[in-house]
Amino acid sequence: MTLSFRRRAVNALMLTLTGVCTTLVAGILLVILGYLAWNGATSLNLNFFTKLPAPVGEAGGGMANAILGSGKVLLVAMLLGVPIGFLGGVYLAEFGAGMFSGVVRYVTDLLNGVPSIVIGIFAYALVVQPMKRHSTFAGGVALGIMMIPIALRTTEEFLRAVPVSLREGAMALGASKSRTIFTIVIPAAKSGILSGLMLNLARVAGETAPLLFTAFGNTFWSPGWLNETATLPQMIYNYAISAYADQNRQAWAAGFVLLVLVLGVNAAARFAIGRTPARGRS
Amino acid sequence: MATTPAALPDTRAKFIQRVRTGDPIAHTITGMAAASILAITGLLLYHLWAGSGLPRETFGWSFVTGSAWDPVAEKFGALPFIFGTVVTSIVALLVAVPVGLGAAIFLAELAPRRASDALTFMIELLAAVPSVIYGLLGIFLLVPFLQTSVVPALTATLGFLPIFQGQFLGVSIFSASMVLAIMIVPFIVSVSREVLLAVPQDQREAALALGSTRWESTWKVVVPYALRGILGSVFLALARALGETMAVTMVIGNKPQLSSSLLAPGYSIAAVIANEFAEASSQMHQQVLVELGLVLFALTVLINGAARLMIYSYKGAEK
Repeated sequence: MTLSFRRRAVNALMLTLTGVCTTLVAGILLVILGYLAWNGATSLNLNFFTKLPAPVGEAGGGMANAILGSGKVLLVAMLLGVPIGFLGGVYLAEFGAGMFSGVVRYVTDLLNGVPSIVIGIFAYALVVQPMKRHSTFAGGVALGIMMIPIALRTTEEFLRAVPVSLREGAMALGASKSRTIFTIVIPAAKSGILSGLMLNLARVAGETAPLLFTAFGNTFWSPGWLNETATLPQMIYNYAISAYADQNRQAWAAGFVLLVLVLGVNAAARFAIGRTPARGRS
Repeated sequence: MATTPAALPDTRAKFIQRVRTGDPIAHTITGMAAASILAITGLLLYHLWAGSGLPRETFGWSFVTGSAWDPVAEKFGALPFIFGTVVTSIVALLVAVPVGLGAAIFLAELAPRRASDALTFMIELLAAVPSVIYGLLGIFLLVPFLQTSVVPALTATLGFLPIFQGQFLGVSIFSASMVLAIMIVPFIVSVSREVLLAVPQDQREAALALGSTRWESTWKVVVPYALRGILGSVFLALARALGETMAVTMVIGNKPQLSSSLLAPGYSIAAVIANEFAEASSQMHQQVLVELGLVLFALTVLINGAARLMIYSYKGAEK
């Protein structure tokens, strides 16, 4: 029954160390949130949401155009990425079997892992080059492509989680397969799929790299969909590396707003799904 | 949709009946959506390849071995960028993997389930923080902290190593590595914890029954059992670190040089694309950046592909 002192010491030491690691990682979150909330909240005011950016060197101004720009880019991204991802997910969960599905699944995971800056180059070649202009639309295409893989895998996963008995019940009543899918299975998985969509949106909402040479950015209201536009993450980037203290302060404000949005949506969606570990991403 | 052998009715009527159920239509439309993923990925690869023809013909393989970078003189060597990308990612892993694995072990093996779930929820929120915000915090919080506390301590104790020599100006390969480490740690924790939780309870009980301590059962039985899944998570984290753009661009210093010291500024593939693509000075310059994108794409696809296969086979073994 007696353990050597060495083994007991190693046991105690290593178990303590794992606790230290956990504290460290959780501590980082608190430091990040605390520091950002402090700097962000003190820099935030109503002008931030209603005014256009002030000329360089002048104090004041806001990011109203960037907030609207982000919204427009995300709308385009959603219209492009969600239908393809959703229908593809339905295929994999309900119709797909064999080689083709396996290949699609694998390629989807690879596409999900492609660095966002490379997606930016792709959208540039696909949209900006032929149209010869930076635009809201091009930024939306870049983010839309990024949304497809996650939309597909989350849809597939939540459809698969619907019990077989529900499908069998519908089929036994004489419904065709597609009718079963669209009137029974998808409604049953609805809340999961919607939460997955929110997580997906929250993820691309913070993307900056693919927007640098697609949506490009500007300092005024962007008319329509085919003109360059500012977005919130891109403004954070520009203002963070700026030499002007006032712009740095606005970067904090924008970072705070973006983080509250992203984490708020994340927390809400995860709460709705129940405890689902980062499935869409892994 | 097996055909009934009973009668041989009018095939056309049968076809119409099948279509009216909607099944073939739904099958085709959803199948097309699935196939479009393949098309998009193919198109992506095509554009990266076709968009970088000029430098591939001009420089060939010397592109990846050259270290001079002067867009105005049309001198393009990619080595400093590849070096920066690989070194920052590896240093980040060296820091993040032990810490992440330690936290995952604590959360999976020691912490009560409820506390573990709550902590994991918080840690996973960290993974959702946009990279530009990590960059912002990197510039204003981490770099000053490294400059005042960490680096002086490092140079005082380990300063004899070539990797910790030279002047530290704040922005550096080291700073970028630390930001990356913070960014990938949540990912390693969340995936590794899940893999550890999937190890059957019998394994632990058997080890404990044989007289091992809690740590011995964890380190010699549970972790080896879950090793393939953990390695998969490390590879996925590596692929993310390689492709990370904004946070790295903001703290790496953006200086294309090869330096033996981690404290010196550097550059990464993603960062140079982010900085120069929009203002590329010539056709050649732009195509060179696309080729760098191709290199990055190949690097991440290779590592991702291997990681996926590892995780698939792990999941397969579970069933």
